[in-house]
Amino acid sequence: MATESEGLKLRNAPGTDPMRPALFEVHRVRQETRDTFTLELRSRGPSDGFQFLPGQFNMVYVFGVGEVPISISGDPNRPNALFHTTRAVGAVTKAMRRLRRGDVLGIRGPFGASWPVNEVSAREVIIVAGGIGLAPLRPMIYQLLSQRDQRGRVVLLYGARTPDEILFTHELQQWRTQLGLEAFVTVDRAHGDWQGNVGVVTTLIPKAPFDPSQAVALVCGPEVMMRFTVMELSKRGISKNRIYISMERNMKCGIGLCGHCQFGPYYVCKDGPVFRYDQVQDLIPLREI
Amino acid sequence: METLKPLLEEHPFLRDLSAEHLDLVVGCAKNVRFDPGKYLFREGQEANEFFIIRDGHVAVEIHSATKGPVIIQTVGAGEILGWSWLIPPYQWHFDARAVEVTRAIALDGKCLRGKCEKDYHLGYELMKRFSHIIEERLAATRLQLLDLYGNGI
Amino acid sequence: MTPRPSEWGPPFRFKPEDLESLFVVLHEQAYKIIGPTVNDDAIVLGELNSTADLPVGWTDEQSGGSYRLARHSRPEFFHFASGPHSLKQYLHPPSVCLWTASRNGHGFEIMEKVQEAGKLAFVGVRACDLHALAILDKVFKAGPLPDSSYALRRSQLLVIAVNCTSPGGTCFCESMKCGPQVDEGFDLVLTEIEDEGRHFFVGQAGSESGRTIAAKIPQEEASSTDLERVETMLNDARTRMGRRLDTSDLKKQLYRSYDHPRWEETAERCLNCGNCTMVCPTCFCNTMEDVTDLSGVRAERWRKWDSCFTTDFSYIHGGSIRSSAKSRYRQWLIHKLATWVDQFGTFGCVGCGRCITWCPVGIDLTEETAAILESNSTSTPGMK
Repeated sequence: MATESEGLKLRNAPGTDPMRPALFEVHRVRQETRDTFTLELRSRGPSDGFQFLPGQFNMVYVFGVGEVPISISGDPNRPNALFHTTRAVGAVTKAMRRLRRGDVLGIRGPFGASWPVNEVSAREVIIVAGGIGLAPLRPMIYQLLSQRDQRGRVVLLYGARTPDEILFTHELQQWRTQLGLEAFVTVDRAHGDWQGNVGVVTTLIPKAPFDPSQAVALVCGPEVMMRFTVMELSKRGISKNRIYISMERNMKCGIGLCGHCQFGPYYVCKDGPVFRYDQVQDLIPLREI
Repeated sequence: METLKPLLEEHPFLRDLSAEHLDLVVGCAKNVRFDPGKYLFREGQEANEFFIIRDGHVAVEIHSATKGPVIIQTVGAGEILGWSWLIPPYQWHFDARAVEVTRAIALDGKCLRGKCEKDYHLGYELMKRFSHIIEERLAATRLQLLDLYGNGI
Repeated sequence: MTPRPSEWGPPFRFKPEDLESLFVVLHEQAYKIIGPTVNDDAIVLGELNSTADLPVGWTDEQSGGSYRLARHSRPEFFHFASGPHSLKQYLHPPSVCLWTASRNGHGFEIMEKVQEAGKLAFVGVRACDLHALAILDKVFKAGPLPDSSYALRRSQLLVIAVNCTSPGGTCFCESMKCGPQVDEGFDLVLTEIEDEGRHFFVGQAGSESGRTIAAKIPQEEASSTDLERVETMLNDARTRMGRRLDTSDLKKQLYRSYDHPRWEETAERCLNCGNCTMVCPTCFCNTMEDVTDLSGVRAERWRKWDSCFTTDFSYIHGGSIRSSAKSRYRQWLIHKLATWVDQFGTFGCVGCGRCITWCPVGIDLTEETAAILESNSTSTPGMK
């Protein structure tokens, strides 16, 4: 049997091997909510910046702990800074939360299919986000709002668990007042002092201002939320080939070689994470697939 | 009162109601306005009305001894608030508080109940429309119960 | 390395004792020779020093959940079916260190592990396993981001294939159109003929390296009778497949079988041990393991074989996607025979029968598939 020779021969030249992480330094840590935070990263190596498309993800490695897929949450037009927004729920993301300015992370990516950047540029876009699902959509919002002159209306429907768990409150305010985003926020539960909407995000869909005959919908959140969102969007008359969703599955390699993220015939890491709904609508109702 | 007819006619909730039934409904309608903090109704009170919200929004809440008011749901422009007037013992289960200046059309449930008893066709039409709203609220409530964003569902 | 028959060298015949000269040439060319040999009561793959290490006088008896090494009195070197090993473990080793990292101050640096491949010559490779190799090539090499360590190992490979004239009790390569005749991906192909006391090989080169090596074997021209004999033996082998599988319409039928009650029944027997995925020559799924030393100064990234039969395999925050045994067996089988086709343009199964033989409870992929196809033809629930 071919076994690994004991004496490790090592190479330090940063190559192009997608299995080898590139080093990034934590520039800033921002606590977004109780359990969600954003890391702003800068490349440690010689770099022309981190080019990516909205909706893509990176495999993020914390030294000695492990590696997880995390969507990129920054502005695609600001390639010098790489942003990841995530919840601290597993060993790796909990270790990420302990990182401070100057600490180093390994990054492999960007991987995966993006939101339909070209298709939506001149159209009305209705974005439906649930919880942390707003993070992979933020690059798309930046992108759309930067094309203010050419684009159609952009509507965001965003559901969070409680008012304290609303992400990017500062940006939401700015997008609304300065860049013309029509944002509607709702929470699942709130105390009496909350002035906004209460109810699941799907309840915003029937009254949202968009033209179903031409709008494109981008949806990201827990799978159950996406299923019900698609149902409501369909009731309004958006056809399934103008609805896009972003899926989550276990991923180890990020490039279609490990088999973990299979979803029927698809590899979520390379055929997704963004899928046009009509591609996957037959798979969505199947259990444990 | 006649001025409310065009408004009610246009509203999706009453769309395609026969002219005769629409007149019966219009006969029970009046304009109302609530300042922020005012209650449209309160838990335990007799439920003799429902509301078609024209603008502003209303928080449907439950008062908790330790946490104060907990908002279950908000109802905004274009939506319908209240169905306890339809179902005995005609009593509100929640508080409904105007979060901002809220204008609405209030429909007299007591009056409508009487009309529905006399005219089952009207009763059925209203029942159909309310069951649709109840079904949507129930589905939304079930999703809310899942705590979608909290538990990795 | 996909030679077309037009590039194949002329067929030649040689004596069994001259097989040794092939080993000598390969050693001269600095190849490490890997081939079938008897070890731990099975015919496995291992390093061969000479033809004496080949399983002369040994064969195997295989059926669902059963593999027995057996003696036979014939003189052949290659009178057996597939053993538990395949080329997979050499090209896609069960565990590989990809890189190491060491702390320095706030950060760390990563040192890539230079993968050692070495020149490997595989002797006795069957058509099924060559097709499996072609499938692994599609998985690891054909995409936009290929696996560099696989590609490196693959590039140094020499294949001395052997036409299979001794299919076993669980074989169905004929159904999968992956055998028994070697038709592509080889440097040299041999057919071993033992016939009323006459024992000889017919050989044919399939590549430049194959021609060079073949030229070193003492040989004579193969007669048309010899070639007819090869043809007859292969045709005979085709009729002796222990299993068969109807592949017409297979993908479509399986896509509509997700809700089939058979999955539940099979899950009651399936131990979820993952043996089938380990012995399968095409199952490629793997995981990453990050380890540190006790001081926390040095870390390593290892890639290891993984199996879709574990609940961890599909775990995301909140739970496993495939938490029931039924869904995991279904994932495996539908991947092999349906979704694989959409992913890579070929079945993920070559009909080698290993999953049937090495299943501790004898679950038989051909039987399971047939059961689903049969009742599908009467009712068609699920997807279109």
